[in-house]
Amino acid sequence: MKASMTRLIDLRLGLFLAALFAVTVLAPLATTLSSSSPFNLPSYLIPLMGKYLCYALLAVALDLCWGYAGILSLGHGAFFALGGYAMGMHLMREIGARGVYANPELPDFMVFLSYDHLPWFWWGFGNFGFAAVMALAVPGLLAFVFGWFAFRSRVSGVYLSIITQALTFALLLAFFRNEMGFGGNNGLTDFRDVLGFSLSAPSTRIALFVLTAICLAACILIARAITISKAGKVLVAVRDAESRTRFLGYRVESYSVFVFTISAMMAGLAGALYVPQVGIINPSEFAPANSIEIVVWVALGGRGTLVGAAIGALVVVALKSWLTATFPDLWLFALGGLFILVTLALPNGLLGLLDRFRRAKPAPKEVPA
Amino acid sequence: MKKLLLSTALCASFATGAFAQEGEPIRVGILHSLSGTMAISETTLRDAMLMLIEQQNEAGGLLGRPLEAVVVDPASDWPRFAELARELIAGDGVAAVFGCWTSVSRKSVLPVFEELNSILFYPVQYEGQESQRNVFYTGAAPNQQAIPAVDYLLAEGVERFYLAGTDYVYPRTTNQILEAYLLAQGVAQEDIIVNYTPFGHSDWQTIVAEIAAFGSTGRQAAVVSTINGDANVPFYNELAAQGISAEDIPVIAFSVGEEELAGIDTAPLVGHLAAWNYFMSVDTPENDAFIDAWHTYIGSDERVTNDPMEAHYIGFNMWVDAVEAAGTTDADAVIDALVGVAVPNLTGGLSSMGANHHITKPVLIGEIQDDGQFEVVWETSGLVLGDEWSDFLPESAPLISDWRAPLSCGNFNVETGTCGGSE
Amino acid sequence: MLLRLMTLCLALLLPSLASAQTLDELVGQLPDGNYNDRAALVTRIAATGDPRAASVLDALLEGELEQRTADGRIVRVTGSRNNETAVDVLTGEELGTVARRSTESIRVNNSLRRQIRTALGVLTLRDPDPARRLAAAEAALRSPDADQLDPLTEALEAEQNSTIRTALERARAATLLGTDAPIDARLAAIITLADAPAMTVQSALNAHRADADPQIAAAVAAAIAAAERRQAVWSQAQNLWFGLSLGSVLLLAAIGLAITFGVMGVINLAHGELVMLGAYTTYAVQQVFRAYAPDMLGWSLAVAVPVAFLLVGAVGVAIERGIVRHLYGRPLETLLATWGVSLILQQLVRTLFGPTNREVGTPDWMSGAFQLGEMTVTWSRVSIVVFALFVFFGLLLLMRYSAFGLQMRAVTQNRPMAANLGIRTGYVDALTFGLGAGIAGLAGVALSQIDNVSPNLGQSYIIDSFLVVVFGGVGNLWGTFAAALSLGIANKFLEPWAGAVLGKILILIFIILFIQKRPRGLFPQRGRAAEG
Repeated sequence: MKASMTRLIDLRLGLFLAALFAVTVLAPLATTLSSSSPFNLPSYLIPLMGKYLCYALLAVALDLCWGYAGILSLGHGAFFALGGYAMGMHLMREIGARGVYANPELPDFMVFLSYDHLPWFWWGFGNFGFAAVMALAVPGLLAFVFGWFAFRSRVSGVYLSIITQALTFALLLAFFRNEMGFGGNNGLTDFRDVLGFSLSAPSTRIALFVLTAICLAACILIARAITISKAGKVLVAVRDAESRTRFLGYRVESYSVFVFTISAMMAGLAGALYVPQVGIINPSEFAPANSIEIVVWVALGGRGTLVGAAIGALVVVALKSWLTATFPDLWLFALGGLFILVTLALPNGLLGLLDRFRRAKPAPKEVPA
Repeated sequence: MKKLLLSTALCASFATGAFAQEGEPIRVGILHSLSGTMAISETTLRDAMLMLIEQQNEAGGLLGRPLEAVVVDPASDWPRFAELARELIAGDGVAAVFGCWTSVSRKSVLPVFEELNSILFYPVQYEGQESQRNVFYTGAAPNQQAIPAVDYLLAEGVERFYLAGTDYVYPRTTNQILEAYLLAQGVAQEDIIVNYTPFGHSDWQTIVAEIAAFGSTGRQAAVVSTINGDANVPFYNELAAQGISAEDIPVIAFSVGEEELAGIDTAPLVGHLAAWNYFMSVDTPENDAFIDAWHTYIGSDERVTNDPMEAHYIGFNMWVDAVEAAGTTDADAVIDALVGVAVPNLTGGLSSMGANHHITKPVLIGEIQDDGQFEVVWETSGLVLGDEWSDFLPESAPLISDWRAPLSCGNFNVETGTCGGSE
Repeated sequence: MLLRLMTLCLALLLPSLASAQTLDELVGQLPDGNYNDRAALVTRIAATGDPRAASVLDALLEGELEQRTADGRIVRVTGSRNNETAVDVLTGEELGTVARRSTESIRVNNSLRRQIRTALGVLTLRDPDPARRLAAAEAALRSPDADQLDPLTEALEAEQNSTIRTALERARAATLLGTDAPIDARLAAIITLADAPAMTVQSALNAHRADADPQIAAAVAAAIAAAERRQAVWSQAQNLWFGLSLGSVLLLAAIGLAITFGVMGVINLAHGELVMLGAYTTYAVQQVFRAYAPDMLGWSLAVAVPVAFLLVGAVGVAIERGIVRHLYGRPLETLLATWGVSLILQQLVRTLFGPTNREVGTPDWMSGAFQLGEMTVTWSRVSIVVFALFVFFGLLLLMRYSAFGLQMRAVTQNRPMAANLGIRTGYVDALTFGLGAGIAGLAGVALSQIDNVSPNLGQSYIIDSFLVVVFGGVGNLWGTFAAALSLGIANKFLEPWAGAVLGKILILIFIILFIQKRPRGLFPQRGRAAEG
């Protein structure tokens, strides 16, 4: 038992989880300190940190399918956004009659666009449990169907990447349409509370932040468990030599579909946690550029390391937040330069750099795409 | 992440140190995208705000204290708008924020301003159907742009209307209001066509050919365009290429100003129209002074001024007046003081802030000239107050907004006598 | 000659002037009243027969007529904002520069402009300039008025030019139809009009659908129905043409990527920005022309083509040598690095040129349109289609018949073997990438004519470009060609039926399904290289 635990949680993961745990406990505590204390954390930063953790979770999801199974999805933002929309729809319904038009049945934007009844796909979202299930099921189902067709037809490599991009682009256009019944460009916003707790209350924010941290830890552990299992070994084999694995008698597509679906569900979970903390979900989350950014996080942190992906996301997003506020005219230069530098100087990402410092051993052999 | 906090703190303390000699500066947040898709429109507003703040400082600041601009870049990313708004208010402690362009960016920051009780000045024409205590809408509501524009076309003998818009909330609502209005004016349903295109639509061949066909029935037709920013250049280029002149089928636009025209050769577009509350060509001493100051500030005589810049000009001066009247930058006091404040606008009138947090403005209709400017061909006789809840939509007809003391409600239903949306 | 003619006219018309108001009086009234008053004045000014009437109306039409506030003189003001000069519109006296706000402009709007054009039309039906005569005839056709009938008939008798004759005949027919002329004449007028383009038929005849005379009404209905049938057939041709021109835009945008991504396997996310650089190069070249050779502006595009190719190509070589070279065999990392490059290029352009759109003028030979049957074909689109074909076949020839093309194919197919045979692979790589980038630059030149020249230009084409290359089959130029054109045409046939947004979504879904069916695109690459 103990041996399997250490296999599951290696040093890197252990350190990461410990740091995550520390932040999760200390950050809420720090907000209670008096503002003169040097350790005081303004409470407005809690949802921001929660948002970063959502991105980290999204990066872990992508790393699971890209880093271990070689499925480079340029459309993971779509699963994230779908999860977000499912949660957003619930939060929208929970506003109830407190909207500006005081319509107990219809969200404001529907009144605004002269709907006279709730569209069928909004049914059930009044219930939190249903919305939570849908936040996982909708991205999961889409990934399953999409993967089922794509992997059985042996669509792979850049072809797969480009059609995942086409998928998220098509969804982007579709969600922008007001006729779709998801609020068009304005998206879903103006949320009040979740399960009866006000979203602007500090305690709700802390709870959401802690919940996000727990989900991140859980997903990393699940992902890790998958990758060190026998199935995980097969996935790596698929990544490195798909045809050979196929000739050895493995049903490559089943493994790929499995991991792609799990990954999409994790992305959906990240989206569902993201929306109540950010307060808005809009079709621009489907933008292909967002999905490319996720890939950048993973590559920057270190592909195929899970922890690295999470760190990559945190670093890039935090850096972007800081730069856009401090150097509004220059931040794109800095960010662009960083991406170039990292690829040229750190082929295995930030984590690869750490490894290089940690042991003189040569870096693991590069993985082909 | 700790590093981030540390550097933010460092930066903040550095910035405060800079002006210490004249007393604590009053900070003003500028929340406009400087990168991404909206940078094209919003960067100019950042510059305009910096100029206004510089002018105010040269004139002695505010309450004897200097003003300090805090500029951030939300990068056309809506959640980042909310995030940076929070940072501006809670982190940098700004007294007011001037910012946002799209409705979605405004919707995204609304809860933040409500929660942290601060002030936002929103300078862009929008669809209305909103009135929030912490927001002051200095752009046009539909009744200050769309309805007078259609009235003008009707008076010009236009009988058929092609409503072309980008598929998002502003065109949807505007077209809905216009359709109801046109039907009420006796225009037949089959003489109104509504068409929506995606953001950044670049291939207009089919739609322009459709418009040409729509306009060739022997009765005067016009296009009412709520096409958004980026898509306009290819739209007008195609109109010009297919030879649709303003005399055959005039296009009246609500989102095309001097700044958008700067990217187009306007010679073939002379006579097409736009409805705004300000044009750079308006000939008043205030406007000349503003344009000269702008050219000096930006260092180029080529740069144009536009309607949202005027909205910021009005909004900023209103805020300055209100702060001086209140004697403090405290949000509650300034919000109360703002209602009723009147400042000169750039078209020779006096704009005042209504109880619904919208302002009075003249409505001008201009024709495009070959130098990329507009020439006013019609204007309202007086100023028009922005109507936040449209009277032409059944669900908003009974709503009114009045933020003055006993009512203090943004969506009061006069039929039921209740304030909607309250807990 | 002209002067003598004018004196003659003046002498002939002098007696009639005594009774009516003089031109000077009428012009003096122009600043007063509203647009309707002004419209009435315009008609009366035209009716004075004064030879100066045409130039007064012309100035009014151009919006150059203003009134001096000091002495109320009506002047024609020309020049730029801060350097305006005035000429007295009646005496022709030069009044020098005018100060700001010393004149009040006499406003015109569209309906007034229409009125002026009609009035001017009657005055210019016999103008020596054929273009003005044609414009006059077309103006008369647009707004038929019984008073025009006689001038039109006279002009028709004197006219020699057959195009103008046709226009005059139609204008006369449209005018005649609205009078109480004998029924045979009116029926003949309908027959004359029925041959015109469908849109002209409709706009001229629609008002007479409910004519009191059933015979006329029936003839009108028949002519309109025939026009509509013609239009329905032609609209398919029009869709095809629109699709072809959209396809050429896609082809131009994608063809550079077909080299860098398709042939070299580099996922070049900066491709869109390279296109944008091409567009900005066009802008810069035009600015140089504007500054140093304003009368040669029409040539600026021709100069921009090689400049953009070389400049953007050089940027491409720099990207390859500086970054991509270190990443061969790691295609996904080139994705990351080129994404970084694209961010930097975007911000660089934003810093250098500002975030707003830049105006790239269309040369005269590319503007305007001509009528082909029932469809309007614009010269700018024709130019783009021709240009796209030219670039594509040029590239094809280069790849197939030049030594460089041979080396390029050799390196991409079997690098070590090519190196062993003495090909400098690094050199070939750099030039290949440069070629792809240069072609992206060419695309930018073309796109500057139809789209925004802004830092965001590239973003709107990058996804479409990748889709086109993948749909066509990576590594196959003919595939890219077929994919671009077929997607363009499909899009344009879907658009009238499904709308622009839904049409695009349907295309995307189709591509996704198609790739499931044929995972290597339309024209899969065969051989070992395909097992990458």
